[in-house]
Amino acid sequence: MPIIGMTGDEAVAQAAKVVNPDVCAAYPITPQTIIVERFSDFVNDGEVDTDFVCVESEHSAMSACVGASATGARVFTATASQGLLLMYEILFIAASSRLPIIMALANRAVSGPINIHGELSDQLLMRDSGWISLFSENNQEAYDQTILAFRIGEHQDVQLPVAIGLDGFILSHALEGVDVVDRQFVRDYLPPRQMKYPFVPENPVTIGLLCLPDFYYELRYQIEDANNKALNVIPDMFNEWGERTGRYYKPIETYQCEDAEFAFITMGAFAGNAKATVDDLREQGEKVGAIKIRTFRPWFGDMFYNAIKDIPTLGIVERAHSFGGNQHHQMLASDVFSTLYTKRDFKNVYSHIAGLGGRDLLIPSWKELYQNCKEWASEERVMETQWVGLRE
Amino acid sequence: MTEAEEFSTKYSNLVERPTYFSGGHRLCAGCNAGIMARLVTMAFTRPAVVVQATGCLEVASTIYPFSAWKVPWLHCAFENAAATASGIEAAYRTMRKRGIRSKDEKIDVVVFAGDGGTYDIGLQALSGALERGHDLLYICYNNGAYMNTGIQRSSATPRLASTTTSPAGSVIPGKMEFPKDLTAIVAAHDTVQFAATTTTAHPRDLIGKVRAALDVDGPTFLLVDSPCQRGWRIDSSLGLEMNRLAVETCIFPVYTIDRRTGKEEWKLDTPSRKIARRPELKKPVEEYMKPQGRFRHIFRRRDGKELIEQIQVFVDRKWEVLLAKCGY
Repeated sequence: MPIIGMTGDEAVAQAAKVVNPDVCAAYPITPQTIIVERFSDFVNDGEVDTDFVCVESEHSAMSACVGASATGARVFTATASQGLLLMYEILFIAASSRLPIIMALANRAVSGPINIHGELSDQLLMRDSGWISLFSENNQEAYDQTILAFRIGEHQDVQLPVAIGLDGFILSHALEGVDVVDRQFVRDYLPPRQMKYPFVPENPVTIGLLCLPDFYYELRYQIEDANNKALNVIPDMFNEWGERTGRYYKPIETYQCEDAEFAFITMGAFAGNAKATVDDLREQGEKVGAIKIRTFRPWFGDMFYNAIKDIPTLGIVERAHSFGGNQHHQMLASDVFSTLYTKRDFKNVYSHIAGLGGRDLLIPSWKELYQNCKEWASEERVMETQWVGLRE
Repeated sequence: MTEAEEFSTKYSNLVERPTYFSGGHRLCAGCNAGIMARLVTMAFTRPAVVVQATGCLEVASTIYPFSAWKVPWLHCAFENAAATASGIEAAYRTMRKRGIRSKDEKIDVVVFAGDGGTYDIGLQALSGALERGHDLLYICYNNGAYMNTGIQRSSATPRLASTTTSPAGSVIPGKMEFPKDLTAIVAAHDTVQFAATTTTAHPRDLIGKVRAALDVDGPTFLLVDSPCQRGWRIDSSLGLEMNRLAVETCIFPVYTIDRRTGKEEWKLDTPSRKIARRPELKKPVEEYMKPQGRFRHIFRRRDGKELIEQIQVFVDRKWEVLLAKCGY
């Protein structure tokens, strides 16, 4: 298949184009705009026959997605930051209604103050909504995961919505080569969506009922159950994608970890910085590796533990933060620490916040971060979450 | 001949019509929202689906695992019924385009929402859906407050009504603002070919308008006056009587804005037309307010007459404007 240069947003739009969903309801927001702009081009130039509902807000975007998806239609949308927060109420309804809506997020910092640049906090705030949450390291992954997500979400055991993150500007607006697939590939790979009880006239279903204490509890458990089943489905889907494209993905990925004495733990585009740093440090003889969290929800705890169990020192680096979570309760760090709890000593695990609001974290800073962790570990020091590069 | 012309609203025919809203729901005795739901579904002659905003009609008709609906019914949230219906309608359009459903099939998409879900929190979603021109009928049943949550004021609540967030206080006598003119706001969207008001006490008018609206290809709107026995502090038998008094006092005129022919025509429908032709039939607003407990405090106040007169002036002005628009 050809490799074409494109921005991350363009890659997502191209992926949506080959999928040719039934309905796309979306509203523009920086840095997601290119996705909806390009997709609008495809619609108006007849390259897709998707019904594009150009709504008046993100709240209505997600609401229209819920309505469309309930009919059995294949549905795509995209947003970021404030737009995602405006959808927040409906995200939970989408998941609890078991609607496999696929949503790309050009991850952006959350106001205030208002900032348009890359940060993963927006998508991490969806953590408890029931959505499957994937992150991309580069534009190829954003492209692949946009297509893959339909298979994961629509899987009969799962039937959950899926969010695919790509760092705002860092990926969304940066040009990279993307190996693309064509319509025929997607026709073979992605069969029409199957839905047991679609909302169509001949099928008098009642959807979205009032559920009181006698049933609500069990219905919530079913969403948990679907998330648990996704733990099996997602690796299978990644494998199948690998067999078809040669690009193999895992929910938790390791890089140079075999003999590592230290590993960075990152998500999204930070994984690229971490790997580049690992390459440099390896050349200097340092035994370091990197771990990438591709699938944030459901959390692959066992897979994560297996990845880190032999690495004595870990440095979590998050382009996100949680107010008041200063000790170890940052967004990703709290998952890491709770996975380690009861399993191993986690004294030498260090949590970092970095790059908020799109601030760069260049390789020298990553190396310094590593040196600090190494030093603290040698002294067996327990550290609070570090704000890397914070000006006084 | 269109289906609307074939469809007769003679009572002899209406009694034969099926209804897709069954009894056994848990609405209050005499609730006009339930009457409305039954009447509306009697106008269904084609495949139809119902989308519902959060509210009394929603919680009382679909308590899991029961449902009062014999047509597909979907509820998403409070403020987004119009947006949710937009997505449903868009999906049906794609299915027709792609041959998944028959190319010339018309599915009637009907939205129900209360005044809270329409005048207030759902106004943006409604405006968006109307502007985009989705093929759906939006029905707002107006009971003049957030009745489901316990009678809190909305922007449809009439001035001076006592609600739990605009209580009849010793200083402020209830809600001080006049209600918003929603039908005019809807009509300001030129995509709307048919917008009308009606009441549960005028079933032939209501059913006929539902059928006419459903035959339009594009967004249509109905505002239904829907008394709430609990919120209005009236006996459960008095809902329809309040409908009639609302029309007879011209507080709630029954009219249609019709653009189906390409021209714009405002016309008063039978119950209000009678009053336009014989103005002596117009009753003072006091007759509407008197039986309702939500206005009781006004009649006990020293300045009560003055306050009621202010309402009369407002209603008269609105009525005069409407008469002029309807060519009287």
